Amino acid sequence: MITNLLYSFGGLMLFSMGLFALIACSHPLRKILAINVMATGVFLILIATAYRQIGTGEIDPVPQAMVLTGIVVSVSVTALALILACRVQETSNHSLIQRKKDDFTRTGT
Amino acid sequence: MRRYSTHNKRKRLNPVLLLVLLLTASLTILLGRAILTTDYQTERLGDDVAQFQKLSGVESPVTAVLLNFRGYDTLLEVMVLLMAVVGVWSLTQAPFPGKPIEPGPVQLAVVRLLTPLMVLFAFYLVWKGSSLAGGAFQGGAVLGGACVLMLVSELPWIKNIPSRHLRIGLLAGPFVFLGTAILCLILEGTFLAYPQGWAGSLLLLIETACAVSIGLTLACLFAGGRPKDDLSRGRKR
Amino acid sequence: MISFEGQSWIILPLILPLAAGLFCFLSRRWAFALSLTAALGNLLSIGVLLNQFLDTGPLTYNVGNWKTPLGIALRIDGPSILMLLMTAVTGLGITLYARGYFAFRIAVPKRIGRHERQERFFWPLWMTLWASLNGLFLSADIFNMYVTLELISIPAVALAALSGKPASQIAAFRYLLVSLLGSLSYLLGVVFVYKTYGVLDLVLLSGKTASGAGMAALALMSVGLLLKTALFPMHFWLPPAHANALAPVSAILSSLVVKGSFYLLFRLWFDVFASAVTEPMVNILGTLGAGAIVWGALQAIRQKRLKLLVAYSTVSQLGYLFIAFPLAYLDMGTHWGTVAFMVLAHACAKSAMFMASGTIFLHAGHDRINDLAGVRSYIPVTVFAYAIAGVNIMGLPPSGGFIAKWLLISSSINSSQWWWGIIVMIGSLLASVYIFRVVSRFFVIPEGYKVPDRRPHSPLLEWPALVLALIALLLGLIAPYPLHILETGNSLFSMVSPKGLPL
Repeated sequence: MITNLLYSFGGLMLFSMGLFALIACSHPLRKILAINVMATGVFLILIATAYRQIGTGEIDPVPQAMVLTGIVVSVSVTALALILACRVQETSNHSLIQRKKDDFTRTGT
Repeated sequence: MRRYSTHNKRKRLNPVLLLVLLLTASLTILLGRAILTTDYQTERLGDDVAQFQKLSGVESPVTAVLLNFRGYDTLLEVMVLLMAVVGVWSLTQAPFPGKPIEPGPVQLAVVRLLTPLMVLFAFYLVWKGSSLAGGAFQGGAVLGGACVLMLVSELPWIKNIPSRHLRIGLLAGPFVFLGTAILCLILEGTFLAYPQGWAGSLLLLIETACAVSIGLTLACLFAGGRPKDDLSRGRKR
Repeated sequence: MISFEGQSWIILPLILPLAAGLFCFLSRRWAFALSLTAALGNLLSIGVLLNQFLDTGPLTYNVGNWKTPLGIALRIDGPSILMLLMTAVTGLGITLYARGYFAFRIAVPKRIGRHERQERFFWPLWMTLWASLNGLFLSADIFNMYVTLELISIPAVALAALSGKPASQIAAFRYLLVSLLGSLSYLLGVVFVYKTYGVLDLVLLSGKTASGAGMAALALMSVGLLLKTALFPMHFWLPPAHANALAPVSAILSSLVVKGSFYLLFRLWFDVFASAVTEPMVNILGTLGAGAIVWGALQAIRQKRLKLLVAYSTVSQLGYLFIAFPLAYLDMGTHWGTVAFMVLAHACAKSAMFMASGTIFLHAGHDRINDLAGVRSYIPVTVFAYAIAGVNIMGLPPSGGFIAKWLLISSSINSSQWWWGIIVMIGSLLASVYIFRVVSRFFVIPEGYKVPDRRPHSPLLEWPALVLALIALLLGLIAPYPLHILETGNSLFSMVSPKGLPL
């Protein structure tokens, strides 16, 4: 039970720390990393959920399968985010850090 | 370095950030309380999994859940991976250096030694997935590692792989998975209901195809863009 | 051996676009033909499903023949079939329009490579996005819904960045971060649900009693979905992402994608966790909705660019959907009616508006509202479509928007919460300001105006928008029909026996 709670709280801490960093940091790479830390936190809680009872030695395979799915999704999304961020740095003269007001008002087809 | 530290210092004084810190801290406490007060459900899906394990065609419960009981999730997830590649390809071209750099002898030896081993190990993982921890994703990750190894050692032929071959490789997993599911629909009358007795071999087929596609997907994501010849083919004008 | 049973129609809206997406990625030559086939097949199968549904009531389909606690179930009831129908009709219109749009752009010799690339990647992304939207509306499993949400947001982000302009890529990056944050919050909610109740199926969950962790789960999932639905004040990412994308993409994002997460949110609040929802909670959402209506409309009035105006109008219109929360809470039983009308009418009208704006942009070369005078002299059909869609957004009779607002106001009087009704009226007034501001420019032809040479374009560039706008307009005339569908459908969640298992 204690181990289980330890994992859950660890995951929760990671989730909140990631959330804070996501809001506080302005650098795109840090934001992506923050999202990753949050995802790891969620997966940790999910893994803790797989734990069932002392003594039976059984684990619930459903959360484990869910974690696998989640990790795969997280990997692909991270890759997309990283390349999008690189692309933004390349194509625009200013980086995502110093966003200008006119980004919001400029349109194009 | 100095600019960096002043940047940080200014941040610490910001009252908005303090507020955010306070809010996230209280969120943690609230959620922690919720975890503590959860009365654990003894009835879980795990019991059902154990009950129907024999019918799933594989021995490993995780693989059974992943590909049989909740195979539909996995089908969509394979699509997620593919969409990430399509998205990356739509954004930019792969940044290969113009001049091929001749790989050093040590590097070449490592690549020559390790790549076949990794490929072999990847397929062992897929094979073992039916009974132990392993499967398409683990195997695909190792395969992806092998591909990345070849990518970073800048073997000259790597960047000349025609994009059509890459596409076929990337689509192999989704096609086999979806095709099997549709075949089940036609033969058994239900989407993804594997025919009796065939489940094990069909799962292995799906896993192998998916492992190849996942490995390629990871490598393509690492390469960071579409291949050079991607648009020169197709319609002539 | 071969047995294609009647119930298998339920899986086709998923398979068809998914397979089309795969083939579109493989070969570009047949991309449009394949997509159109998938779109038509999808419409056909949803028609058959609707027929079956009206005959026999809610349908349940166990994927892989595994029964619900263990496997994943697909379910169709009134709201979900209406959503599927909305996606099928709007999606078909967008598919046709996209063809005309890309053909027009590729015909210009300048930057032909870029335009061809955009078209080539548009089709697989759009088809997969469509399949996952259908998957979301069909699904009855909260984890499966997480996967479909992710499979919606990845193509959506890629599509938003497709135009290649820095502004659109910055907007897409922000959109990606927001939607990831939303997904993670939702996923954490799912984890809490599984921890507490041990099941993932919606119908099984609806029979459980709420607890502290259940409330935490509902809160987490709701915050995630609200971020994805862009409820004020979490709407900051929406206008730049929608306005900077290519026109067909804007139509997809604005009319369909935000509706996916909203549908799930409403379902969770009123069908699954209905017992846990309290009055202060719905009032908070209602207040935010009221804020969205007013703020979005005021911003729309201020905009100088047509597409940004339409995007802010989406922010405003989404507010009405949240006003429905406090009304539905006290006026239970009709709760899906108002929302369904609002969603249907807005999907058709908003996609028509974005398509019309895109066509105007293509012809005029810009979308500065002040310089758009005289547009109707060379693209009259498009301007007409814009005006008709505007009628819907304002909520004038006999449009679907009118019926939706009528239902909102009457429900606010029924439940003696008149203040929500007043907000709805203020919203309509403000909407007419921003609609008329644009339409009046379109119809005025200044003195000495010389009609520019119109580049030839296919009818696909103009007519889909008009047809969709007309559908939205006529929705009001067939109002009883969708309400009938909803009445047939609400029985799914009342079929749950006290033990929490479906009969």
